[in-house]
Amino acid sequence: MDLDNARDLPRAGFNFDNCKRNATLLKGGFKPPTTTKTGTTIVGIIYKDGVILGADTRATEGPIVSDKNCAKIHYLAKNIYCCGAGTAADTEMTTDLISSQLELHRLQTEREVRVVAANVMLKQMLFRYQGHISAALVLGGVDKTGPHIYSIHPHGSSDKLPYATMGSGSLAAMTVFESRWRPDLSEEEGKKLVRDAIASGVFNDLGSGSNVDLCVIRKGSVEYLRNYELANKKGERQLDYRFKTGTSAVLHTNIKDLLVTERVQVVPMETA
Amino acid sequence: MLPDFDLTDTPVSTGTTIMAVEFDGGVVIGADSRTSSGAYVANRVTDKLTRITDKVYCCRSGSAADTQAIADIVAYSLNYHENQTNKEALVFEAASEFRNYCYSYRESLLAGIIVAGWDEQRGGQVYSIPLGGMLTRESCTIGGSGSSFIYGFVREHYRPNMQLEECVSFVKKAVQHAIYHDGSSGGVVRIGIITKDGIERRIFYNTESGASAVSSTPSFISSE
Repeated sequence: MDLDNARDLPRAGFNFDNCKRNATLLKGGFKPPTTTKTGTTIVGIIYKDGVILGADTRATEGPIVSDKNCAKIHYLAKNIYCCGAGTAADTEMTTDLISSQLELHRLQTEREVRVVAANVMLKQMLFRYQGHISAALVLGGVDKTGPHIYSIHPHGSSDKLPYATMGSGSLAAMTVFESRWRPDLSEEEGKKLVRDAIASGVFNDLGSGSNVDLCVIRKGSVEYLRNYELANKKGERQLDYRFKTGTSAVLHTNIKDLLVTERVQVVPMETA
Repeated sequence: MLPDFDLTDTPVSTGTTIMAVEFDGGVVIGADSRTSSGAYVANRVTDKLTRITDKVYCCRSGSAADTQAIADIVAYSLNYHENQTNKEALVFEAASEFRNYCYSYRESLLAGIIVAGWDEQRGGQVYSIPLGGMLTRESCTIGGSGSSFIYGFVREHYRPNMQLEECVSFVKKAVQHAIYHDGSSGGVVRIGIITKDGIERRIFYNTESGASAVSSTPSFISSE
């Protein structure tokens, strides 16, 4: 009896019809739309009382800066934040999704979520997508077991480290850490070190730029320092270059009044 | 133009040297500590000696993502198994489970794993699971990109049933040679000694003499 309906149902599963078409278009020299990548510098360190995360604020689309002041330090839980590099949309959606799963996890277990839990959820999701989700993350937080920093690569591998860098500016930032990081840094020293690491990315890497964001996570408190430093303030104009009124002489003036008339025609509507 | 290496698009792999040797009373496992992403060293203090159970460890080589994923799954499964049976898992059970994943997914995985450990039934054991997902028991095996440089050394110097310290210095020397010749291996030499009492870890820093040894790993440089 429902055979007529059943016959018209679309086939289950994914539809790959467009794959062949796209491949043909590509071969013919078609340029597909580009994704917004955050060619980025993101970092994280462990210091005496917790962790400090840092990020630059430049987002790019190919050679164009598409956002001069974007936020790359994402919220995961009250005690856990995560910096993202790679495709902006992927880092945003991935961290949002895991953030909501962590909140449900906290509600179910009635405990503060741990950083390992966030690490496992993130790496298992990224591994499932076999690197197609371009999210390179620096995860940091403090839980009952202490401070933790993880760096997570897009294919789903992760490293637990005392200091980590990611993104195109990671080499510049890592040189700063390799020469100056030590265990038991104070908060002031830590913030200075992270600022310097991001700044070296901002100034030496073309994919990174603009400002420095910081996020300090201590046991029981968080300080999100959005635009901690404006490393690239726009210069102020020294003089007023506007022409004074009257610079050009008015030779002739002609003002016309415009008459606007409006006519309303009532159309009867059928009501039933 | 932007620099032509984009870390977000390069897979992370453990171009590696790993090794495991049975000795009188247990096994000695060894590895370098380098993880590379293209030409960049993504982690210079990696721990490739990964815990599966208290007395079964694996040495990982190949794709970091693949080997970590499998190791996590097997560790979870064996933990469940140990709780259900109230017995310690056998080394072969771990190796067999590794083999099942490596063989089933041989087309999509890049993983060369050595499983080593100690159990009540057969004492110290070493199992090798190379790329295609074959499982073999060996008394001494090497793996990873650095291993090709030390086949000669290992063949020349390996003897069955060595004493503990003798075995440790054999593994240490072999990994040091591999690190020296292989560009994708480097950092420190990590060694684990698994006996009936569990694991004892050692680190050998890359000093001039290669002499200094520390008996415990600082917790923050253990890998996940």
